[in-house]
Amino acid sequence: MFLKELTELNGVSGNEEDVREFIKKEAKKYSDEINVDSMGNLICLKKGRNSKYKVMISAHMDEVGFMVTGYGEAGVLKFATVGGIDNRILLGKRLTVGNKKLQGVIGGKPIHLQNAGERQSNVNIKKMYIDIGANSKEEAEKLVSVGEYAAFYSSYSTLGKNAIKAKALDDRAGCAILLDILKDEQYDFDLYACFTVQEEVGLRGAQVTSYGIYPDVALVVEATTCSDVLDVEEHEYSTILGEGAALTIMDRGAYSNKKLVEFLYTNGKKNSISVQYKTTTSGGNDAGKIQTARGGVIVASISVPCRYIHSPVSLMSKNDFDSCSKLVKIALGEFNKNPKLIDGLK
Amino acid sequence: MFDLLKKMTQITGVSGNEEEIRDVITEEIKDKVDDIRVDTLGNLIAVKKGTGKKIMVAAHMDEIGVMATFIDDDGFIRFSNIGGVSKYNAIGQKVRFNNGTIGAVHYEQKLEDIKNLNLSKMYIDIGASSKEEALKSVSIGDVACFAGDAKNQGDTIISKALDDRSGCAVLIKAIEDMKKTENEIYYVFTVQEELGLRGAKTAAYQIKPDLAIAVDVTLTGDTPNARPMEVKLGKGPAIKIKDRSIICHPKVRKLLEQSAKRINIPYQFEILESGGNDSGAIHISAGGVPSGAISIPCRYVHSPVEMASLTDIENAAKLLVESLCHVKK
Amino acid sequence: MDYTSVLKDISTYPGISGREEKLSKYIKNMFDKYCDETTIDSFYNVVGVKKGFSKSDKKIMVTAHLDEIGLLVTGIEKKGFLRFSNIGGIDSKILLAQEVIVHGKKDVLGVIGAKPPHLLKTEDTKKAVKMQDLSIDTGLSEDEVRENVSIGDVITFKAKPFTLKNSRISSKSLDNRAGVTALIDIMENLEKIHHEYDVYFVATSQEEVGLRGAVIAAYNITPDVAVVIDACHGDIPDVPKDSVFKLGKGPSIAVGPNLHVDLTKKIIDIAKEENIPYQIEPSPGNTGTEAWAIQVSRTGIPTVLVSIPLKYMHTTVETLHVDDVKYSGRLISRFISSIDSKTGGILCF
Repeated sequence: MFLKELTELNGVSGNEEDVREFIKKEAKKYSDEINVDSMGNLICLKKGRNSKYKVMISAHMDEVGFMVTGYGEAGVLKFATVGGIDNRILLGKRLTVGNKKLQGVIGGKPIHLQNAGERQSNVNIKKMYIDIGANSKEEAEKLVSVGEYAAFYSSYSTLGKNAIKAKALDDRAGCAILLDILKDEQYDFDLYACFTVQEEVGLRGAQVTSYGIYPDVALVVEATTCSDVLDVEEHEYSTILGEGAALTIMDRGAYSNKKLVEFLYTNGKKNSISVQYKTTTSGGNDAGKIQTARGGVIVASISVPCRYIHSPVSLMSKNDFDSCSKLVKIALGEFNKNPKLIDGLK
Repeated sequence: MFDLLKKMTQITGVSGNEEEIRDVITEEIKDKVDDIRVDTLGNLIAVKKGTGKKIMVAAHMDEIGVMATFIDDDGFIRFSNIGGVSKYNAIGQKVRFNNGTIGAVHYEQKLEDIKNLNLSKMYIDIGASSKEEALKSVSIGDVACFAGDAKNQGDTIISKALDDRSGCAVLIKAIEDMKKTENEIYYVFTVQEELGLRGAKTAAYQIKPDLAIAVDVTLTGDTPNARPMEVKLGKGPAIKIKDRSIICHPKVRKLLEQSAKRINIPYQFEILESGGNDSGAIHISAGGVPSGAISIPCRYVHSPVEMASLTDIENAAKLLVESLCHVKK
Repeated sequence: MDYTSVLKDISTYPGISGREEKLSKYIKNMFDKYCDETTIDSFYNVVGVKKGFSKSDKKIMVTAHLDEIGLLVTGIEKKGFLRFSNIGGIDSKILLAQEVIVHGKKDVLGVIGAKPPHLLKTEDTKKAVKMQDLSIDTGLSEDEVRENVSIGDVITFKAKPFTLKNSRISSKSLDNRAGVTALIDIMENLEKIHHEYDVYFVATSQEEVGLRGAVIAAYNITPDVAVVIDACHGDIPDVPKDSVFKLGKGPSIAVGPNLHVDLTKKIIDIAKEENIPYQIEPSPGNTGTEAWAIQVSRTGIPTVLVSIPLKYMHTTVETLHVDDVKYSGRLISRFISSIDSKTGGILCF
């Protein structure tokens, strides 16, 4: 399991290279063909004994982060967010900045210097800046060019017995599961493990991989929101930490194939794997683009519940991670034993 | 026409759950077409074979509704919307689940200002006294439509789901009344339109037609203090000029206009400021498909009391038949 | 090429999104002079092909949209006043007292008016005017209007091009006729510069309503490389300086997820080598240009984006510096000529 390595690498949408190279090196050992397309999607093919069916498993490599957009006074950097980030979490955070991987912080005006109005309102992101310690604009320009990326800094660690804290669990957790599956022996069908780019900026990578592969069935392995925290009403939890792999019935991007979702749920229960339904329909992931590729694709999402998602302190349960991993393997095993299942989903 | 519409509208077929309505439509048309099939997403594609132009006609089978997402210990059901559900229209309505279970929609009493209402503060009450009892009738993920009888009054029909079962009825009528033509016609009853024109997109990709016409409802500007819009109920089917998803191809618009003139039916032009329709997804599919739309004027769209004119719907079917026969090689 | 006269000529020619037929023919004529083949597709994209020197089947597509924003007749009211709505993004605040052309059975001139200020409630005079409270007055009687104009007819702005100081031009629709001008400039340059691959020049339709012409053209042409030419915001007072670009300092080259990393690096390197001024446009997500649609066509197309700085975008006084058009043309011509079989590796050909 490479979760520590994967989450500590940086791969903001559009700049997934480090993550891709790491995965490629590992995946090479277990794949028959490896292909990187023009957008940077990594597609690993494990040939089947009989290539009648194409099964796709997909996880995205990219994470939310920042792009440097300009320079402010006294050598600070102006920035914009890449993907959806709650601007309220930004002040006082540590970042890894630019191609030179510099350390930087998002500073702000100290409370002593704020007037009454400022004390009561959020800081607009246009007013925020990254401090890399440069003395002047000229120095900053030499260190970081406009258009370079920055990522949250956060080390992988274990909280309590069972929880993992890291950045980018969305969706390096999925990448780790896919890598693990590639190690398994060959199936009858062709297995395409897709590590996609640019999910966080509009499901862009999956749009072209699913068009190219046009699989018979696809499983998206994701990290999903988990709001089972203080002061949230139970019906707004979405998923519950520790209660297993989350299955999406419908979200804003996709209506999962109903037979496939039921198949996953039943097989999870049969094999004593914890599974839960995601109980809200907000958000969306690569499944949205996969579903409507070409003439339409059968797709479902299996997700690891993740609290504080899109922040440097995302939290997940090891047990949920294991449940997701097992559930994907069981599904692939069932397709292998009984390929007619795949036709039956249509 | 009313009987057909009543039959079409009273079936539950929320987006993603179009099985039942698809079966009913299949029964209606299967003996009148050369081929009929269901694709991966669930679109129903019926073909009249020919050697001329390949034309796709689309009407969506799905309707808006709600999905059960959580059941509390007292048996109250929380829900999410499927498609554009108005929180205000939803208050005090009856919803009907696929197994026939009826529920009342209401909102939490502690809400002080109705402006702060949102769907997460609302719930469905099916009269169950506990979670266990509720689960006997409704599971997480089950969907329900808003119940609304079909009534005929003068020339109008009032019902739920005229969006877009009235379009489906127009296609069925056109299949029945089709005149002789060389053109190959694909009648597509699409799925998941209300979730973003998804069925139409994948169907158009498979068919790659030379030309496409969608049949759907549109809003009107003829109610008290309505937002200015020229479309009126009973003044004939509307020929779409644009909405948010498409600027209709000038040639298709001309085809529809000339056809309407030839058969001497009233028609009007439609410019819809918000919303889209299946032709929006079709026209940018597979390298581009010149597309247009026939719209049925409909008041109170996305409510259980949608209202349309029977004559408009009948004329829409006539217009469709005439147009399909006049697409030239 | 006489940039000023071409810019003035084609920026004043009407061609609203979805109604580009005449403009497409006009631009096709300009393409004919330089291209080996020119066609207009069913969505009024103008496609001109300039064959490369090699026998390779590789294609480079260069697009600039030809359509413009405008208005649309939605109603004919008493006394012949016309109600209207917009095609493409328009700020209602610029509409009062504009001159327009209503393209009915024949072209009808009009002005945009509204209820006069002394009849408004004080608080309403402080609010931005809404499009639904505006109307077009053509001076014709209701009967004359009904005879010539019907619902769905399009309306364009009547705006005389101005020449400002320091080689600046102000006109309507320079977004993106400046890009179309650059296309023609590139064609002219390629008469004299060696290029291996076939170049597909596309003046695209319906960009302003959702990049639709580009979606269709990219799918049908399926190029190996795409270059998009569009406009970016010129530097004006009171805006954050990291989102605008100085006029006359060269086109902006966008960087970000939407653009192909190595090709973008290549075009920047060429600008440096050739001493062509350029600026960098950081684009953390959607660039809002055709590049966004083209990049994900079919199995993905490596795309770069070059934008011409333009002040007062989507108004009748769009302003640019002529040199930026010239720089764009030269930069992209050199870029096209630099792409050959050796470039394959970075594109995953």
